[in-house]
Formats: sequence, structure tokens, C-alpha cells
Amino acid sequence: MELVVEILGAISRWAIPVFLVGVPAVALARGVKIYPAFIEGAKDGLQVGLRIVPYLVAILAAVGAFRGAGAMDRIASWLQPALDPLGIPASVLPLFLVRPLSGSGATGLLAELIRSEGADSLAARIGAVVNGSTETTFYVLAVYFGAVGITKYRHAIPAALAAEAAGIAASIIVVRLVFG
Amino acid sequence: MGIVWFLLLALGLAAAWAGGDVEGFTKGALDGAGGAVTLAIGLVGMLALWSGLLRIAQEAGLTALLSRAMAPVMRRLFPEIPRDHPALAAMTLNVAANALGLGNAATPIGLDAMEKLQTLNPRRDTASDAMVLFLVINASSVQLVPATVVALRAAGGAAAPADVVGPTLLATLVSTVVGIAAAKVLAPLWRQAPAPAVEI
Repeated sequence: MELVVEILGAISRWAIPVFLVGVPAVALARGVKIYPAFIEGAKDGLQVGLRIVPYLVAILAAVGAFRGAGAMDRIASWLQPALDPLGIPASVLPLFLVRPLSGSGATGLLAELIRSEGADSLAARIGAVVNGSTETTFYVLAVYFGAVGITKYRHAIPAALAAEAAGIAASIIVVRLVFG
Repeated sequence: MGIVWFLLLALGLAAAWAGGDVEGFTKGALDGAGGAVTLAIGLVGMLALWSGLLRIAQEAGLTALLSRAMAPVMRRLFPEIPRDHPALAAMTLNVAANALGLGNAATPIGLDAMEKLQTLNPRRDTASDAMVLFLVINASSVQLVPATVVALRAAGGAAAPADVVGPTLLATLVSTVVGIAAAKVLAPLWRQAPAPAVEI
């Protein structure tokens, strides 16, 4: 187990630095004009960043009101006895429920979790891993099947939700093992 | 999402009314809205950095390289699709784009793959096994670096924002494997209707 934890830590620490230097290095060797390419891509990223602002405002305001009124504390205290033995902080529960329905909603909930409990809290870490390892299932199904006019989804929803549930369970277990 | 959003507000108001904190409701809403913009400012810079890097990778042909490397795996997952059918290449490229976090590029490629899968589908209104498997792989999010999550953590003052990358990889692997297994196991339970008889 020690070794696995060590390897995961090493991947985490090195993934982004290696990408940041490796990709431009390979591109340079292949004769890509890396600076204009970067600028073009960064423009797109900027637009994506600006496009999500209204979503963030909507969800953070609603969640702020919900929490400020004491509703979250009440629900959390109801669910705590069920989640405690499993080692799951009750505050991440809304994120689990919203994740398959809305990507921007889940991002907003994660942002709120980071703001209220700190980025390095257990709850925020579990939320971060769940957000990164699962997808907005219902959105993906609606867009992709809608594009070709499929109305009978067959086993798509149960199979996708099984994947989602497995991702959430794995996130909790791995985060607890790595960060305690 | 509209319903989830409204429920949050309505339940908040209900809690405030039932002995909770009414001022807290108002303050929470206003602080949340202000905090959203502060957060977005931190986020925009990092998204731009990541997208710029990905554009370099695309122009260097690294994305094409990845799609070639994954071909043997794709052939095993979708044995019913003919070896050189264009649907395979489109699906590979979509999964590769997703793996690199190129969400905006991945969606159009994925829809193209769905159209190619539809040409092999005997019933045009019913999902084929290959379509379901492809969507489950998509929905289980095979992503090498969860850029948005890392950016959010950095903006939130994490000591090591990227320290969740390793655990995320492991969790995503589990969800993808379970998703593929579920798609394969559940397929015979929702039998695909045979093609309608063709009148000659």
C-alpha cells in the first residue's frame, strides 16, 4: 500500500510539470510555431472561463442562501449517523447527487466546498476527485443520443449510473487511503 | 438543473422560516454571488494556460499519435465493428480528446462517431450495443489531468493543488472498468430488437 501511495503522489506532483515542459518541447522538435499556437488556445480557454461565470453565480448564490439559512447543517446532521461509519463527510453528499445532472452545478458545489471547508479538507478532496473522475451522465446521453435521433436508450442509463457509483465509491476509498 | 437550483433556494427559505437564520439566507446568497466572481477570476487564467498548452499538443500531432496508440484496445472493445470502419477512428479520437481534457473538441468528434455508428445500427430509434458502450466510456470520464478541478483547488489556496491527480486517475479507471463491464453484462437483458423485415 505504501508503494501505491508513493506512486500516486509522484504522478500527482509530476504530471503537470512534465506536460508543461514536455508538450512544447516535442512540438518545437516537430517544427510547430508554439507561441502563436499557445495564444490561439489560450483565447479559447479564456472564453470558456468567462462563459461559466453566470453558472457559478447562480449555484453559489443558491447554495450560499441554502447554507446561510442553516438548511445544509440540518440535512447534514440528519445524514451524519448514516455516513459517519463509512467515513464520508456529510457536506459532500449534495455533490454526489448533482454530479450526474449538471457539470456546472457540480463545479459550483465543489467551489463552495473549497471555499467553506478549505481546499485541503477531506470533504473538498473527495469532492475534487469525484468531480474529476465522473461525468455529467444525463447531459452526455441527451446530447449524443439526441444527435442521431435515438429514443430507446436500452441499458445506457443503468450502465452509466453503475460507472458513476463505482467512481464515487472509488474516490472516497482512494482519498481516505492517500490523505487519511 | 433548474429544479435542483429552485429546490436549494426553496429548502433554504423553508429552513430559515422553520427556526433557521433568515439574515443568514440573504447574506449567504449575496456572499455566494460575490465569491463566484472572485473565484472565476482565478479560474480564467488557469483555463487559458491549459487550453494554450493543448493547442500546442494538437498542432504537434500528439493527439493523432495517441489515437493510433489506442487502436488495438478499441478493436477489442468493439468487436462487432468492422476493422477499418470510420466509426472506430472517430470514437478513438473522441476518447483521446476527452483523455486530454479537450472537452470542446471532443463533443463534435463524438457526435460524428455516433452518426457513423448509426450507419451500422439495424434499428434507427434504438441504441446499439456499440453506442451504449461508447457513451458509457464517455460518461465515465477518462481524463488524464482534471484541469478545472486543479484550477479550482489552486484558486482556493490548496497547498499542492495537483495532489488529487493520482487519486483521480485511479478512481476514473475504476469507474470506466465498471462501466464497460456493466454495458457488456446488461446488454443481453435489454434485447436489441431485430431489424424490421425488408419488403422485397
